[in-house]
Amino acid sequence: MNILAIDTSTDVLGIGLVSDEKVIGEYITNIKRNHSTRVLPAIEYLLKDCGIQTKDINKIVVAEGPGSYTGLRIGVTIGKTLAWTLKIPLVGVSSLKVMAASGRYFDGYISPIIDARRGNIYTGLYKFENGEIIEVLEDQHISTEDWVLKLNAMEKPILVLGSDVPQHKEIFTVRLNEFACFAPITDNIPRPGELALLGRQLVEENIHSFVPNYTRLAEAEAKWREQNRR
Amino acid sequence: MNDLYILGIETSCDETAVAIIKNGTEIISNVVASQIESHKRFGGVVPEIASRHHVEQMTIVLEEAMNESKLTFQDLSAIAVTAGPGLVGALLIGVEAAKSLSFAHSLPLVPVHHIAGHIYANRLVKEMQFPLLALVVSGGHTELIYMKEHGHFEVIGETRDDAAGEAYDKVARTLNLPYPGGPHIDRLAQEGEATIDLPRAWLEEGSYDFSFSGLKSAVINTVHNAEQRGETIKPEALAASFQASVVDVLVEKTIRAAKQYNVKQVLLAGGVAANQGLRVRLEQAIGTLDNVDLIIPPLKLCTDNAAMIAAAGSIFYEKGIRADLSLNANPGLDLEAFSR
Repeated sequence: MNILAIDTSTDVLGIGLVSDEKVIGEYITNIKRNHSTRVLPAIEYLLKDCGIQTKDINKIVVAEGPGSYTGLRIGVTIGKTLAWTLKIPLVGVSSLKVMAASGRYFDGYISPIIDARRGNIYTGLYKFENGEIIEVLEDQHISTEDWVLKLNAMEKPILVLGSDVPQHKEIFTVRLNEFACFAPITDNIPRPGELALLGRQLVEENIHSFVPNYTRLAEAEAKWREQNRR
Repeated sequence: MNDLYILGIETSCDETAVAIIKNGTEIISNVVASQIESHKRFGGVVPEIASRHHVEQMTIVLEEAMNESKLTFQDLSAIAVTAGPGLVGALLIGVEAAKSLSFAHSLPLVPVHHIAGHIYANRLVKEMQFPLLALVVSGGHTELIYMKEHGHFEVIGETRDDAAGEAYDKVARTLNLPYPGGPHIDRLAQEGEATIDLPRAWLEEGSYDFSFSGLKSAVINTVHNAEQRGETIKPEALAASFQASVVDVLVEKTIRAAKQYNVKQVLLAGGVAANQGLRVRLEQAIGTLDNVDLIIPPLKLCTDNAAMIAAAGSIFYEKGIRADLSLNANPGLDLEAFSR
C-alpha cells in the first residue's frame, strides 16, 4: 500500500510517500511562499523521482487543520479531488498531531503550536503511551496567555513544538519555568512521513463532506450567529 | 476528427460550477451550486465564507457533472478553469481541483479568463460572427469588448468606478430591498415611471468608458433629501429613473461602438443581462441597425456557470493555450494581456 500525505497547514509544505515497509520519500520546505503554485508540482516531482505512478497510490492522508485557512483549503481540495477521481480513500489527521509526533520519545506532555496572530495560537495537548500518540486536550484556538495558565496547572514537563515556537518561546519559559521544554529546530518541522503513518490505520472519510478543521467560524458567521441568537 | 470534450470549472465568486461542453458549442452537462442563500444573510458575498462553501461543494458538483455526462475522464480532451479575475480564495478552489484532475489523468490544463467565459456563453446559443461587440455587465464588471476573431479581446470601454451591478446592489440597499438587489430594482422599475431627474455619465466625447458612482450617490442623496423634507419618494419611480439612467448610457455607448466598429453581432453577457429593462431597450436599439444581430443568452448562462468557461476553454485549447501545475489564481487577471 502506497500512502500519499499532504500537509499545507502552515508555512511548511510537506509531501510524503510511505509504503507498508518504509518511507519512500519526503518533500519538505519551510519558507514563506505561495503553496498554491507549489503543491502539485511537488507531488508530481516526488512521485516521478520515486518511480510511483498516480494509479499506484492507494490512500491519501491530508493534514486537516488547524492552521492557515487558505493553506488548509489548498491541501484539502487537492486531497479530496485526487481521492475522488482516483477512487481511493481519503483520511484527515490533525496538523497539530503531526507536529506532536516529533516528540515520540519525550517523557511528559507535548504542546504543538501554530501562531494564530494577535497573541493567539492553535494548539492541543498530546502524550505518548506505549508508542501510541494520545490526545490529552483537544485542538483549539486560544490566547497564549490562557494556554500557559492551563499548562501550568498540570505540573509536568511540557515539550513545546512547531516552527512558530520562537515567537512564543518567552511566554512559555517565563510561565512554565523548568517545565517548559524545547526541541532542536529539526523536530520543529512536521514530517509528512509521520502524517502518512498517523493516517494509515484510520477509516476513510466521506470525501464529499470532508472539510478542514478550521477550529473557528468565519468572522462574519460568528458575528451573525451572535446577533441572531435568541 | 474526434469530438472535443472540455470539462470546465468555475469558482470565482459564489457559485461552484462544473460543466462539460462538446466541440465548443454543445452542453453535455452543466451543474451550478449556488451559495446565494448563505450570503444573503450578510447582504453581500463574504469571501471567507465563499471559500469554505467551495471546498464543501467542489467534488459533489464534479461528480454530478461527470455522472450527467455519462463520460469518463479518458473521454475528455482537457480541463478548463477560471484563473481570474475574482475572489482569490474562491478562485483557488477551482484552480487546485482543476490541476489535481489534470495531474491525475494527464489531461491538458487550460486557464480561462472569467469575462472571456461570459462572452463565450453566447456561443452556446449561436455561432459567433466577427467582428463583434460584447457588452459585459455584472456585479463586478461593466465592459465593452471588441473581438475581431476567436480568442482575441480588445477592451474598448470599462467602468472607472463601480460596476453597473454593484450600483444596482447599493441602490437596492438604499431602498431596503433584499440582496441581490438587481432583480428587485428591475421588477420595481417595470411598475413605475422614470420621473426623477438623475445624471447620466457620458464622460469625454467619444469615450466608451462608464461611471456609475455619481449616479449611485445621486440616488442616495435624492432619498436623504426627501427624508429630510419629510417627503416620501415612490420606490417604483426611483427604481425606474435609476434603471433608465443606467440603461440609457449602456445602450447608447453600445450602439455607437457597434456603428464605429462595423460589427456583425452584439453580444450581451454577464449577470445583469438578465435585466428586462436592458434587454428590451437593447433589442429595440439594435433593431434600428442594419445587419447587426443581437444575441442574449438564456438566464442560466448569463449568471456565473462553468459551461461558459468550458466553451471559452474549447477555443483556447485549440489555440494551444496551456497552463502547468504551477497555475495560480489571479484575482486581477487582465483580459487583453491574457489573450495576447
